[in-house]
Amino acid sequence: MGETREELIGYLRKMIEIRFFEEKISELLNRGIVEGASHLYSGEEAVAVGACSAIKPDDYITSTHRGHGHCIAKGGDLRKMMAEVCGKATGYCKGKGGSMHIADIEGGNLGATGIVGGNVPVATGAGLSIKMRKTRQVALCFFGDGAMNTGGFHESLNMAGTWKLPVIYICENNLYGMSVSVDKAFPIKDITIRAKGYNILGVSVDGMDVLAVRHTIQDVVGRARSGEGPALVECKTYRFHGHSKSDPRAYRTREEEALWKERCPIKLFSERLLKEKVLDNEGLRKLEEDVKKNIEDAEKFAIESPFPGPEELCEDVYA
Amino acid sequence: MREIFYWQALNEALREEMDRDSSVFVMGEDIGIYGGSYGVTRGLYKDYGPERVRDTAISEAAIVGAGIGAAMTGMRPCVEIMYIDFMTIAMDQLVNQGAKVRYMFGGKAKVPLVVRTQGGAGRGLAGQHAQSLEAWFLHVPGLYVVMPSTPYDAKGLLKSSIRDDNPVLFIEHKLLYGTKGEVPEGEWTVPIGKADIKRQGKDVTIVTYSRMVLVSLNAAERLAKEGIDCEVVDLRTLRPMDKETILNSVRKTGKVVVVSEGCYTGGAAAEIGMVIMENAFDNLDCPVKRVCAVEVPPPMSPVLVNAMIPNEDKVIEAVKGMFK
Repeated sequence: MGETREELIGYLRKMIEIRFFEEKISELLNRGIVEGASHLYSGEEAVAVGACSAIKPDDYITSTHRGHGHCIAKGGDLRKMMAEVCGKATGYCKGKGGSMHIADIEGGNLGATGIVGGNVPVATGAGLSIKMRKTRQVALCFFGDGAMNTGGFHESLNMAGTWKLPVIYICENNLYGMSVSVDKAFPIKDITIRAKGYNILGVSVDGMDVLAVRHTIQDVVGRARSGEGPALVECKTYRFHGHSKSDPRAYRTREEEALWKERCPIKLFSERLLKEKVLDNEGLRKLEEDVKKNIEDAEKFAIESPFPGPEELCEDVYA
Repeated sequence: MREIFYWQALNEALREEMDRDSSVFVMGEDIGIYGGSYGVTRGLYKDYGPERVRDTAISEAAIVGAGIGAAMTGMRPCVEIMYIDFMTIAMDQLVNQGAKVRYMFGGKAKVPLVVRTQGGAGRGLAGQHAQSLEAWFLHVPGLYVVMPSTPYDAKGLLKSSIRDDNPVLFIEHKLLYGTKGEVPEGEWTVPIGKADIKRQGKDVTIVTYSRMVLVSLNAAERLAKEGIDCEVVDLRTLRPMDKETILNSVRKTGKVVVVSEGCYTGGAAAEIGMVIMENAFDNLDCPVKRVCAVEVPPPMSPVLVNAMIPNEDKVIEAVKGMFK
């Protein structure tokens, strides 16, 4: 492995942060402290962490309604995120966006959209801007399998392929667009073959393996920075929770879920680090405890933070 | 003063802003060598090159969406959607993304994007190329909607729109491109959100915008010969709407006709009428009257389309009805 010990532990830590953050959100939803829609990312952590580990702080990402993992992986602040999910004035978006619209513009996270596929043209524009400003940045565009059947996806990949824009389109293929399985929604098994039609690189990777994701994204980001154009990367993954809180998951079996949970990205990676003696059991326990403390700190911050006052309502509509 | 065409005024605005600011670029369908479906970008491809004058595939969602992404990351795109009818395909990008990101993200993002498009009937283009759909966009906080009627306003407002940090839907009219008007040289702009009184009068106020300003001014000349002195208020920007100018005129005349090429139901004229009702009801001598399009998709046949859209006679009839 070409990564330092610190880096490896850092990836594990980020994945655990996402997992614990999500578990906390789930708890707050059940306790009625969080309202609205929160779409949990648990199970897909290796995608966000692997991908964001391969880019620089000044690179861009665009995110989705299932976006907490992307924001944390890009270096988002847990306190501001938790406060935003709780609709508080101290959140990233002053409580105006909530779970589905967390953005950290200064940190390069151009924001999460609640419209499936809605961020794909926007990421393409960030790529166009990079190309025109000649800054050698890249834009990572995260979306689910569902987004691949929207019109904007095809228009965007066609544009990016034609103009060789430095955009990496990352499909988190978790096998279901809400309840509809990819078998019912796609006439093809290998969704990366669509890349051919746009004359861009298409690659598939195990989305439960953080290093595999990292290395794949490193490769395609390198190509993009040197002007070789965009790529479509399919990360095969699974969401452990339902689409949202109200989803009884009638469209998939508990057996299927159990099989995927065996391949939990955090479990796989921590086992690997233990086996390769990068980390011992005590170190792992400490790391988990430390993350837990940070999440509790974020929760406390969020709960103690004030809601925005009504005078805030009409602010920020226009610049 | 020199007179130039409406399309030339827009072309000058684009050139001047591209000269002034290297982050300004244009993008859209057939805007390069072809020069734009109505000629607005004529010559830009030759003078500014393919990087800043980008011909795109027929991909309206990607054109507007890429404009948003570029605007969020340091550029000032001025994209063209050939017909406002095609905005349907880019609706999610403009309405759910472009108009929303600033607010949803707590004021952290800005979207200095101009979407130029054109609407209106009058060239025999029928149901999918001649609609007046501005009312849809009035309903979206976060957007500006600009609809200039003269070459002067077109140039000054396009320059302001490009310099503004908010997404602007800039709606031209296909029958205005070939109209001529005075456009001074030198550096000046027209502010977004300011109406302009195109004709002073004391008897009745006609509130209107875009090509219907010309129709209303002609109607006003004919009415003047019959002793009715019309004031014609050109809104120029529909959102934000210059309510003060409308209300001041209404308070002076006590009578209002609102003229719009959009249809009646849920139209811009309905909004204008309600602004007057809520703020100047006591100043009215008689109910506000609308002259709008008949509630049908634009037909091709000139006989039918002329029957559909407002014209001088219809405006005159509405005004005279207030003096019976």
